[in-house]
Amino acid sequence: MFKLKRDPADQSNSWRTDNLPAWGLFFVAPWIIGFLAFTVYPFFASLYFSFTNFNIINFSPRWVGLDNYVELFTADPIFWISIGNSIRYAALLLIFATVFDIFIAYLLSLNVKFLSIYRTVFFFPVLVPVVAASLTWIWILNPRFGLINGLLDLIGVKGPNWLASPDTAMLSIILIAVWGSGRQVIVYLSGFNDIPRSLYEAADIDGASGTQKFWRITLPLLSPQIFFNVVTLIIFSLQSFSEVYIMTGGGPANSTLLYAVNLYNRAFRDFAMGYASALAWIMFLLILGLTLIIFKFLSGRVIYER
Amino acid sequence: MAVLRPALANSRALSAEERRYFLARRMKTLLTHAILIIFGITFMLPFVWMISSSLKPNVDIFELPVRLIPKTYRPENYIDATNAIPFWQYLWNSTYYTIFATIGAVLSNTFIAYGFARVRWRGRNVLFIIVIATMMLPFQVRMIPLYILFAKIGWLNTFLPLIVPNFFGNAFYIFLMRQFMMTLPKELDDAARIDGASEWGIFWRIAVPLSKPAILTVAIFEIIHTWHDFVGPLVYLRHPTKYTLSIGLRLYFTQYGAEWGLLMAAAAMFTIPMVIFFFFAQRSFIEGITLTGLKG
Repeated sequence: MFKLKRDPADQSNSWRTDNLPAWGLFFVAPWIIGFLAFTVYPFFASLYFSFTNFNIINFSPRWVGLDNYVELFTADPIFWISIGNSIRYAALLLIFATVFDIFIAYLLSLNVKFLSIYRTVFFFPVLVPVVAASLTWIWILNPRFGLINGLLDLIGVKGPNWLASPDTAMLSIILIAVWGSGRQVIVYLSGFNDIPRSLYEAADIDGASGTQKFWRITLPLLSPQIFFNVVTLIIFSLQSFSEVYIMTGGGPANSTLLYAVNLYNRAFRDFAMGYASALAWIMFLLILGLTLIIFKFLSGRVIYER
Repeated sequence: MAVLRPALANSRALSAEERRYFLARRMKTLLTHAILIIFGITFMLPFVWMISSSLKPNVDIFELPVRLIPKTYRPENYIDATNAIPFWQYLWNSTYYTIFATIGAVLSNTFIAYGFARVRWRGRNVLFIIVIATMMLPFQVRMIPLYILFAKIGWLNTFLPLIVPNFFGNAFYIFLMRQFMMTLPKELDDAARIDGASEWGIFWRIAVPLSKPAILTVAIFEIIHTWHDFVGPLVYLRHPTKYTLSIGLRLYFTQYGAEWGLLMAAAAMFTIPMVIFFFFAQRSFIEGITLTGLKG
């Protein structure tokens, strides 16, 4: 997605005379209207709200300057806990999902029989509605009668109290997110399939080992897909909300309180809309910063031309 | 090699080296399948457990050792689940939301993408970069002002805040459809222009029919997205008559958390439409993901 298709006609100047912007604007007009109403307005309103407090009774903003931000950074331990949780969640999910999805996509790319069945199986979790999947996982992870501890019980092991223990809750929600990352498998699989066989054959003739082929051919040529998936996964996981909100609500003892869950609670449980807006802006800057860093350090290493 | 093998095997005995080679190949294939099957079963287990629990009577739900195949079947769970919650009401709300959100997404994004892909005009590329940039803005930044805005104009507890924005385009879909439309041959437009077609005529008679695969992909993505949506209805729909299946099911869980037979039956009825839908739309779906996972 980061290398956009270029219209060759853009290079010449001829079109500037034969097409006025009128038709172009006509077609993109809905987007412009929506952009102003549902992106530009809330963007600046949110910034303004972040310097205000909301009166719960008449629901109007009152200017408080930097108070929200000062409180956030100096007097709100929950803010730091939720930032730590979200970074831990995003980092571990990124590692687990990337390694696992590349591994599965690699196996699927080996010309296996029943490819479409396997592909459907690994994609299947994406089809299960978030609420249905979350409830099913709560039941699977039931400490006594759930599937996992039930199976462990068969071999005489007493399983942990997965979602209700601070030691295992975070790990559980991360593994559940890996379970739901089938979209990435499909993207990686298409990447593997795009790598020309001739490169491997040439490497074979030169006597390259399997590991050499992986690091020197496969990984570099998979880099566009890795880049795409890493960027989208980071943006997505820092905003992650629904699964965790349903399964743990941020507990136990705030051990899974992700940033977005804390933000939602502040806004719609406590109705601290000004404070929550400040939280949202910090989140925006965090995501923006991370994305720019990734672009700076990774995009130069991505190999597009074959 | 695979083609040669039977002929070789029949004509003469294999040399030791050849035998080792084929053995290694076969071992690799076996190992690949073994790993895929083990992970595959693990991936399907939650769904199997959902269906299995949905068919168990309550006494068997809380029983050790666990059974994947129910001892006794109780399909009445499905009927009871539709009575325990206003299931049909929630189902209708989810369907209503899905239909209109999808219509909005398909109409607006096809239209907008055409302006970015096929019409050449000054400022187009700058504007398109802005479209892409909006993808980075977390929805949490927009959530609070939009909530207050929709509250002020009386749209809370209606589907309007969830549906209306869909009629104004979505960066991801615009991107997807633009990528697709740019691959259509330009000569078609020129030919139509020579025949006197207007820009609208080219859009409607040429671009739309040829973009059917991309339109289908957007429709599929949007149907799945809306059907799954939890945050949107959670924020905007606070009245029980407006609950979608997402909200209604979670509410039932928070009130009757131990009714796993009924909960899993309801979860299955919530999931199965998507599974059936997927089997009909599988190809476009996989192609759509591949298309967005960057091509060119």
